[in-house]
Amino acid sequence: MKLRTWFLAPGALVMVGLFFLPLLIVLAYSFLSRGAYGGVLLPWTIDSYARIFDSLYLAILWRSVWIAAVSTALCLLLAFPLALYISRAGARKTLLLNLVMLPFWTSFLIRTYAWMFLLRDTGLINTVLQGLHVIHEPLPLLFNTGAVILGLVYGYLPFMVLPLYATLEKLDPALLDAAADLGASPVVAVWRVVVPISKPGMMAGCLLVFIPCLGAYLTPDLMGGGKTVMIGNLVQNQFTTSRDWPFGAAISLLLMGMVLLVMRVLGDKGEELL
Amino acid sequence: MKRFLPVYACAAYLFLYLPLLALGAFSFNDSKIAVWHGFTFDWYGNVFRNSALVEGMLNSLLIAVVATLFATLIGTLAAYALWQKRLPWLTGSLYLSLLSPEIVTGVSLLVFFQWMFRFLKLQLGMHTVILAHISFSLAYVVIVILARLRTFDRSLEEAANDLGATDWQAFRYVTAPLLLPGIVAAALLCFTVSFDDYVITSLVAGVNSETLPMIIYAMARKGVSPEVNALSVMITVGLGVLVLVSGRLESKR
Repeated sequence: MKLRTWFLAPGALVMVGLFFLPLLIVLAYSFLSRGAYGGVLLPWTIDSYARIFDSLYLAILWRSVWIAAVSTALCLLLAFPLALYISRAGARKTLLLNLVMLPFWTSFLIRTYAWMFLLRDTGLINTVLQGLHVIHEPLPLLFNTGAVILGLVYGYLPFMVLPLYATLEKLDPALLDAAADLGASPVVAVWRVVVPISKPGMMAGCLLVFIPCLGAYLTPDLMGGGKTVMIGNLVQNQFTTSRDWPFGAAISLLLMGMVLLVMRVLGDKGEELL
Repeated sequence: MKRFLPVYACAAYLFLYLPLLALGAFSFNDSKIAVWHGFTFDWYGNVFRNSALVEGMLNSLLIAVVATLFATLIGTLAAYALWQKRLPWLTGSLYLSLLSPEIVTGVSLLVFFQWMFRFLKLQLGMHTVILAHISFSLAYVVIVILARLRTFDRSLEEAANDLGATDWQAFRYVTAPLLLPGIVAAALLCFTVSFDDYVITSLVAGVNSETLPMIIYAMARKGVSPEVNALSVMITVGLGVLVLVSGRLESKR
């Protein structure tokens, strides 16, 4: 056998054995019936898929989609000017970009905890505001949908900045001068020249932010305090508290299907950047 | 526009760093509540006196080290093979594993392990956590190493072959040494990803394999605790240094 085959074998084995095979078992389980203490039983059925159409679960699906969409839109709005600034910062470009990425590579859990520390009833913001007598009762900052969106935007902002920067960096500054010479104000120049050129970066960024937001589990769990249930929480719940593995399996596959769909729709346009 | 962008960028960096800096500052606060009371190192000492935390830290370190060793080895070899010949299904599935929601990866591994246990007399524990970590960190290694290999000149290996080296010798004595900084960068990245994981780990961990993120999660749910602040500072600084070193190595040509 060729060296290449030997080199490939362990990696292929891990992907098949620890990624595809588990997904196949999930697929099989999603068509089985629920066991009394977790686990699955025969007979085969499509009940788990039928249950997704219950209005309770449709509401959770819809909520996940709009929370992910709003978070992605906010990330885009916040990241675009930042990426534009970094792409034109000359020698400090790399440093500024690394400063955006650094918190991302440290702990996601800790970054979520940091916001909980700020937003809690007994957290820093409420304590300071009460100390200054601005408010008398703590503001309900944590454990609501707004907090979940804040957590997602904070968590995934670097994923939007990176591809935007990659496209903006290639932008020829002469184009902006040309727009100015032709009478465009800076805002118009950005809107009519920079924004269209950075479209592939926007697509890639939206893909990279929307997908993890859609499947978010930790952020809604900790910052939503169990009140803002998203698909990820529903899946986790079926495998732990509710002990309904077939239904959990069906929702997992639905979520996976949604991810693949988003990859197809947005992925083609942003492909070269990924 | 000229004035707006720098001001905006400053605000954006404050948004990114202020929560972490506030958390860090209050890890030195001599009080259990979020009111500044005086400077202390006590919470750092408490972290190391808390046997559950120490055990969690050791578990996390062991899991991250073992998973990193395996994932880096397997991933490096796979990346090298993929560099020699494109295999769209494998590259595609690596990207898919990177983008698939953590909760889905977690429950599918849980279901898989439980199914395997019908045939094997085993239980969830450190070994299942390590296998899960190897699986999800493999894609990071392959992508980092493949990106580095793409900057390589293939003719070096061809020259080695022409001079009589076997494929293995060409890899061992020509490509691998050049690749070493990339391999170290990938390993450091892999370590941070593994050390930090909560979602997948919590699903496939058994009774004796509680990791640090699992403990932090439980404490975060209960309420504000200065020990968690202190622990967060140590982890953030530790992982931050690893990421900086990794970035340095990656950009070195």
